[in-house]
Amino acid sequence: MVFLSYLITGLGLGSVYAIIALGYSMVYGIAKMLNFAHGDIIMVGSYVAFFVLYRFGLSVPVGIILSVLVCTVLGVLVERLAYKPLRQASSLSVLITAIGVSYFLQNGAQLLWSSSQKMFKSVVGDGGISLFGGKLTLSYITLVTILTCILIMIALTLFINHTSTGRAMRACSEDKGAAQLMGINVNTTISITFAIGSALAAIAAVLLCSTYPSITPTLGSMPGIKAFTAAVFGGIGSIPGAFIGGLLLGVIESLAKAYISTQLSDAVVFAVLIVVLLIKPTGLLGKKVSVKV
Amino acid sequence: MKKLLVVLLGIMMVFGLVGCGSKTEDNAPSTGGGDEAKASFKLGCSGPLTGGAAVYGNDVKWAAEMAVAEINEKEGYNFFEFRMEDDEADPEKAPNAYGALTDWGMQVSLYTVTSGAGLAVSADYNADRVFALTPSGSNPGLAHPANGNYDNLFQVCFTDPNLGTASADYISSNTIAGMEVKKVAVIYRSDDDYSTSIYNTFMSKAAEVGLEVVYEGSFINSDADYSTQLTGAAAAGAELVFLPIYYGPAATILTQAAAMTDFNPVFFGVDGMDGILGLEGFDHALAEGVYLLTPFAADAKDDATVHFVTGFEAAHGSTPTQFAADAYDGVYAIYNALKATGCTADMDAATICDKLVGEFTTMTFEGLTGTANWAENGEVSKTPKAVIITDGVYVAAE
Repeated sequence: MVFLSYLITGLGLGSVYAIIALGYSMVYGIAKMLNFAHGDIIMVGSYVAFFVLYRFGLSVPVGIILSVLVCTVLGVLVERLAYKPLRQASSLSVLITAIGVSYFLQNGAQLLWSSSQKMFKSVVGDGGISLFGGKLTLSYITLVTILTCILIMIALTLFINHTSTGRAMRACSEDKGAAQLMGINVNTTISITFAIGSALAAIAAVLLCSTYPSITPTLGSMPGIKAFTAAVFGGIGSIPGAFIGGLLLGVIESLAKAYISTQLSDAVVFAVLIVVLLIKPTGLLGKKVSVKV
Repeated sequence: MKKLLVVLLGIMMVFGLVGCGSKTEDNAPSTGGGDEAKASFKLGCSGPLTGGAAVYGNDVKWAAEMAVAEINEKEGYNFFEFRMEDDEADPEKAPNAYGALTDWGMQVSLYTVTSGAGLAVSADYNADRVFALTPSGSNPGLAHPANGNYDNLFQVCFTDPNLGTASADYISSNTIAGMEVKKVAVIYRSDDDYSTSIYNTFMSKAAEVGLEVVYEGSFINSDADYSTQLTGAAAAGAELVFLPIYYGPAATILTQAAAMTDFNPVFFGVDGMDGILGLEGFDHALAEGVYLLTPFAADAKDDATVHFVTGFEAAHGSTPTQFAADAYDGVYAIYNALKATGCTADMDAATICDKLVGEFTTMTFEGLTGTANWAENGEVSKTPKAVIITDGVYVAAE
């Protein structure tokens, strides 16, 4: 029973990783860049939700919607100002820029909101469902997180496969040049990708802070790195891959903490990643791309 | 390559000169001030006024300012001139803060508010012969490093190892929340000196007094999730969870524990937990019934405490924490020692330092946090007291 409870904790954590990983994976799949500022968009989302909900006392849906809006605008803005001018530059330049944006956002948040910690209250309330005569507790927030993650996953898959924008995204991901020749506006498509990724980041922010209530300007970096790992784990660029990678990572982390060592849990997580990449270099669900020379 | 070096050296020299120039300018008024008849002692301190531990820094600052204002009024002139530098509790920023204070002409010091920052400047304080008394830095290395003793560095609060021993003692010999606690879980931060040293002494004392430690969990600074540790503690049947950690992660632990329906232990913290009620957005109901081992309870009814607490609340709108009381005591302890040894403000820091060291190791000080004596290694001895958080305030536990 204790095992089950660790497993559920892991699934909850993994669902948050999965939602963040979706953002990483989509942007990588389409813009072929690693957006390291993604974790910090989550941080901004958390602060916006915190201020809307607890400083201005507005309702939970308003908080989530405003947080999503601010993050979406911020994500698109970052893409326009920092990444778009570097579209033709080497991928290394873009990577360094992304790290720069990440620090910019962290330090900006420190200036604006100070680095003192703030406490977030869960948006769905404390407590949970008691199962097996109280032996197992399923907290509401874990339940909501897992459900939200599954919903997002389904919606995103439908969007990518059955809308014209989704088709444009897939086309850009396969061959930007050819997509442009077919009349697809590549820049707009990339902007839309960033918008979706950032909106997901805002949702992840609210869920993350409902489970782990402390808000600081650096709160996004660790989940960001873990989610990036999850995206690589599942096969970067693949949406189901990000989902499975996120869940697995959360479960492995939770079980490693419980049964191996709380101090070594991160080492165990990354060791598993290395093993997976040795056996399957493209990740669990990654596509093997053969480059014609 | 050579040219580059020459240019670099040139730049460094220019900046070096500029630096020296500004230093002498800063020093000029202070030496001029020393000639006046009623000169002030320059009392310095560095602590986190911004950042994650800002609650401590500001409490120390406000309490020290309050004590300084009272002393100045009593003396009829500015006996102390107090200056607080922000070090963000960061060991890398502490030397800058120390530099700013020595440039200002600090003669006697309240050292640093936090241990990590203090360890970064302890050797400087010792080498420069500035008497320093930390209100709240509880790492034993602040006063005596592993391989020696800083004779001029003292502490107002308990050292960390003493906190662990005192906690185990308190838990085993007192009735806590109406029960005799037998099974204890410990959750500590493994990449933090403060937390691990309390954990270590707690474990050895617990074994000695027969407390059964049924679960030990640790976490590191970057962790935001403690539910695995809490689940482990619940599964082991812990009646009390000992949290030798700072209030930030403690607040998250209390929040996550509240979400568990089948786990209602007593939480027992030490001085690092002090400040949890000042955290923005923290629901005070979550801290209901939490025990804190601290030498100061703001609700105590003795005259000195009432005077201090009402004055502090009137000025800053918040209830002073233990750190504030320690700082208030620290200023008065320095004041008493300065008066007793007949120091004057025109003496240099090293002279004052030698006189105060002799006085501190022999005097007995009656303060808000109890009757204190100092050993030659700089550690203080006081009786530990506990408080229970009830309706968002500290209430003394019998």
